[in-house]
Amino acid sequence: MSLEIAISIVMTLVIAATPILLAGLGELVVEKSGVLNLGVEGMMLVGAVAGFITASLTGFTPAGYAAAAFAGLCASLLFGVLALTIGANQVATGLALTIFGTGLSSLAGAGFVGTTIARLPALFPQSIAGHPILRLAFGYDVIVYLSIALTLAAAWFLNHTRSGLILRCVGESDASAHAIGYPVTAIRYLAVAFGGALAGLAGAYYSLAVTPMWADRITAGRGWIALALVVFSSWRPWRLLLGAYIFGAVMTLELYSKAAGFALLPPEMLAMLPYLATVVALAVIAMRPSRGRLDAPRCLGKTFRAGA
Amino acid sequence: MWIKLEPRKAPSHLALYGAPVAAIALTMLAGMVLFTLMGYRGAGAVFEIFIEPLLEPERWPDIAVKASPLVMIATGLAIGFRANVWNIGAEGQYIVGAIAGTGIALATYGIESWWVLPSMLVAGLIGGAAWAAIPALLRIRLKVSEILTSLMLTYVALQLLYYLVRGPWRDPEGYNFPQTRMFSEAETVPNLLEGTQLHWGVLLTFLAVLIAWFVMSRTLTGYQVRVVGLAPMAARLGGFHENRTVMMTMLVSGGLAGLAGIVECSATFGQLTPQFPVNYGFTAIIVAFLGRLHPIGVLIGGLALATSYIGADIAQTASALPQAATGLIQAMMLFFLLGVDLFVVNRVRLVPSVVQHAS
Amino acid sequence: MAGNITRLELKGITKRFGEVLANDGVSLAAHKGEIKALIGENGAGKSTLVKIIYGVLQADAGEIRFEGEPVIVTSPRAARRRGIGMVFQHFSLFEPMTVLENIAIGMDQALDRRTLEREVSAILAAYGLPLDIHRHVDTLSVGERQRIEIVRCLLQKPKLLIMDEPTSVLTPQEAEQLFDTLRKLAREGCTVLYISHKLNEIKALCESATILRGGRVVGECDPRVETAQRIAELMIGSELANVERGGRRKAGGPRLVVDQLSVATDEAFGTELDEISFEARAGEILGIAGVAGNGQKELMLALSGETASPAKAICLDGVAIGSLPPPARRKRGLCALPEERNGHAAVPAFSLAENTLLTARERKKLSARGVIKPGAIRDYARRVIGAFKVATTGAEAPARSLSGGNLQKFVVGREILQEPHVLVVDQPTWGVDAGASAAIRQALVDLSARGSAVILVSQDLDELLSLCDRLCVMNEGRLSRPLVVGEASIEEIGLLMGGVHGQADTSKIKVAHVD
Repeated sequence: MSLEIAISIVMTLVIAATPILLAGLGELVVEKSGVLNLGVEGMMLVGAVAGFITASLTGFTPAGYAAAAFAGLCASLLFGVLALTIGANQVATGLALTIFGTGLSSLAGAGFVGTTIARLPALFPQSIAGHPILRLAFGYDVIVYLSIALTLAAAWFLNHTRSGLILRCVGESDASAHAIGYPVTAIRYLAVAFGGALAGLAGAYYSLAVTPMWADRITAGRGWIALALVVFSSWRPWRLLLGAYIFGAVMTLELYSKAAGFALLPPEMLAMLPYLATVVALAVIAMRPSRGRLDAPRCLGKTFRAGA
Repeated sequence: MWIKLEPRKAPSHLALYGAPVAAIALTMLAGMVLFTLMGYRGAGAVFEIFIEPLLEPERWPDIAVKASPLVMIATGLAIGFRANVWNIGAEGQYIVGAIAGTGIALATYGIESWWVLPSMLVAGLIGGAAWAAIPALLRIRLKVSEILTSLMLTYVALQLLYYLVRGPWRDPEGYNFPQTRMFSEAETVPNLLEGTQLHWGVLLTFLAVLIAWFVMSRTLTGYQVRVVGLAPMAARLGGFHENRTVMMTMLVSGGLAGLAGIVECSATFGQLTPQFPVNYGFTAIIVAFLGRLHPIGVLIGGLALATSYIGADIAQTASALPQAATGLIQAMMLFFLLGVDLFVVNRVRLVPSVVQHAS
Repeated sequence: MAGNITRLELKGITKRFGEVLANDGVSLAAHKGEIKALIGENGAGKSTLVKIIYGVLQADAGEIRFEGEPVIVTSPRAARRRGIGMVFQHFSLFEPMTVLENIAIGMDQALDRRTLEREVSAILAAYGLPLDIHRHVDTLSVGERQRIEIVRCLLQKPKLLIMDEPTSVLTPQEAEQLFDTLRKLAREGCTVLYISHKLNEIKALCESATILRGGRVVGECDPRVETAQRIAELMIGSELANVERGGRRKAGGPRLVVDQLSVATDEAFGTELDEISFEARAGEILGIAGVAGNGQKELMLALSGETASPAKAICLDGVAIGSLPPPARRKRGLCALPEERNGHAAVPAFSLAENTLLTARERKKLSARGVIKPGAIRDYARRVIGAFKVATTGAEAPARSLSGGNLQKFVVGREILQEPHVLVVDQPTWGVDAGASAAIRQALVDLSARGSAVILVSQDLDELLSLCDRLCVMNEGRLSRPLVVGEASIEEIGLLMGGVHGQADTSKIKVAHVD
């Protein structure tokens, strides 16, 4: 295998990892606040379609990303109203959001199926972005760097700021946080909105960068993989980054062996790989003897009612 | 005046049974607005989706046939949800059930005997249950959330289906189409009513609903499921095992999904094709909630959703509404249902705006 | 070292919850630098009163004066701003985080990490509090956790510090350390309001005491000079001294024998059972006293069968049942009723009829071959409702629609009408009104009179003394040898309950007798 191909493979890996990293990062913050939003896939689809339509109509791809983040945020607020304000079951609400996002994106995108869009250019000048070797580090669009910067920012926010501490406390013991005097529901809304915006962005990365054209259900269940990655990461941003790149590698393996006509495994078996790997990863993580399981925020998925 | 919500001591029966009706009414309203905004004939489309199928008796068998797999799957899911077991991978169990049943059909190729179809159905049941047993075991042994694992396995099942119909199970005389050969007479679920789509699978579904209703409301097993879901501590005092309940409800929901899969595969398609999975496993989640996790409610909820499927076909031709609108309508129903639940567990009271002040 | 400046003054504080008058015209005063005790039995209204002072609750009537001026404390935050701090019985802590993070999160104003670390270290040093600020809370003992709450208060430089039953979760060594801290605080001028029902520690720590009973102030005293006997009488009510025990029943042979029962716990706040041995005899009520959290819950679970134990550790009528699950134990005649009504002893969302199935299905044959008999469960629920005068709309009423007292009567009745050979009950009258309490107590006495053994786990001294034949005390997962109630004086038992830790035999009680 030549160096050139190796570099191409790694670059594909990074592109494949970026959206699940973004969506996973958003969900990580949401879950840190004690909320389980299973609607990631739905929010991604809403973002994907909003981003594609906006980019398509304006011809300006950055506007697409902005619209996607906004649309994801709006979708997440729908979840917020039901699960946080009304106190509906978070599992059911998240599932509803995914079904809603799937339906809405199909409906809204129906007129755009098969149309294409211009990708964002690489962030760095062509001299290094197009360089046969340097492109490995500099050949990506801004979203890739943004996803890494956001990982950095999230890790810093959660572990080194007072606001991050408060967010984690709300997820660990909503009753204690409430007793001390923090507005539990408001804090959770903020987290959910952040998660929605990132999921929207992640969805748009599929429709505007990975395959810059519209297809129904373009995210193909990657939102669920992002959810699994959060568990895999033990709710730590850096491990999430690692996990996303490992899964990016698995998906890239599938892509390249298909292209290379790998006879070792039939293509369907390769397509199963990311999902099987997720199940295996979840099982392996759970098998770790001591703290693994305890890493989950203790109020995850539980409805909080003030004054109870 | 302030609007104040107070928890009810006992849920109001009116609100309990009225909530799904209200949710459907609100969905119709929201659908009208949404479709109009999107440039369709909103009111007309909503009428075609929800009302028109009910007005045309010749469509009723279609509704029943459409409702059959939804109700069968949702009946099992509702039992699990009652026990706080969140099997959301019914779609995968549905597919594996069809695969297992088809396996029997292909293995018994050429045998025209009475036992072939029952064996296929049993294989479907076992296939679906086995697929559901994986997340159940992972939850019991390793405390891995069944939500993610059951869902991941759906994608695995889908690829397995593609692999089989493109590879080893492809019809040798099928001009290279990715599908199995057609099932024989002995492998096909018989028709129930001449001139309609109505088949015996519909009766099977009805039977499943009746059994589920009896078990859930009249037996200790059903009691166990409900106690484990509502009050785990009380369940332990009562001597009910949580892990066994998890396994049992997963096997039941997986088995019913698998059975629905092979029935649908045999009765409607007559072969295994990649077009076979159409997200019934996901829609059934809505049906389960719409039916208030009660078997009879699930039956009604399934009929309501089946009506919207048939109606969406009508709206597609009459109002050019895309098929995707069905998913949107279904999700809105669930949203509104979760929303109006607020009024089932709470009572709305108007209180004077004067805040009582402590001295 | 009581100064003469009045720091806190309450006048006629009254608070009503529904029909219960929790505080009825309570007045008291506390001075600068004073450690004042607020004494009373469970339910006397102590917690309600301090929650009003700290702004968690608002009084219906009455006046609070702080440092001479009348104040309205609208919230804990407002209280903290005025210099009032409080350490609750239930801590507001975040387990996976470090001590320092927990302290930071409890502060009303943000401090940078280094400043906070310096201030916390200074306080820890000044008050001799051993606490590693970089450890995670889930690795700490209960006493260390409490110190976090205390440091949170001390950082705000309080003028009044309220401690709500602080030693109920502490070991004797930790309690002694706490007292040193509180004394030092008082010397510096802080007023400490110390809530307890433990007489020996109040005598050791406090300079003055206000005694509450039934929501009213029933006495003021200087606990250093008053006898424990006198305080106990005021706290419990003098009528207790003359409890009519009637003709004591002759106890029969042992029905339940527990022999060296040890159970590990996997809960963070759980207590391990350490070689518990006792026997409950036919016709007697055996009391198990002790401060909450000393293993009573774990003992209940082990006796009911919810946690497994070695078969021979528990014998019912001569048969080893330690490894049997709850239904098999019930079938053989051992019924257990846990403390928590909602979600443990009963399913709130279920009807009363459905709730009978939970524990009565084996002995009352409420199901056959796994099929529920709807008529039988309704009939049994009606029998319980009738026999125990449960106020409800009927057998189909959901359990959650009943008041606490009525639901308690129902679940107690559900067990008693099964005529168990041995009945274990945990706090059967906790949070229950007087009428229902009396009915439940009577039913327990009647059951034992019919030849059953009743094991009564309770923290209510009054209840234990009036009902039990013999009494054991639970402490840190161990159980004392039994005391015969008729022979032990109220004072002795009061002192024993009040926290003479360690193996309690009567001779040691005498030694610990402070007078």
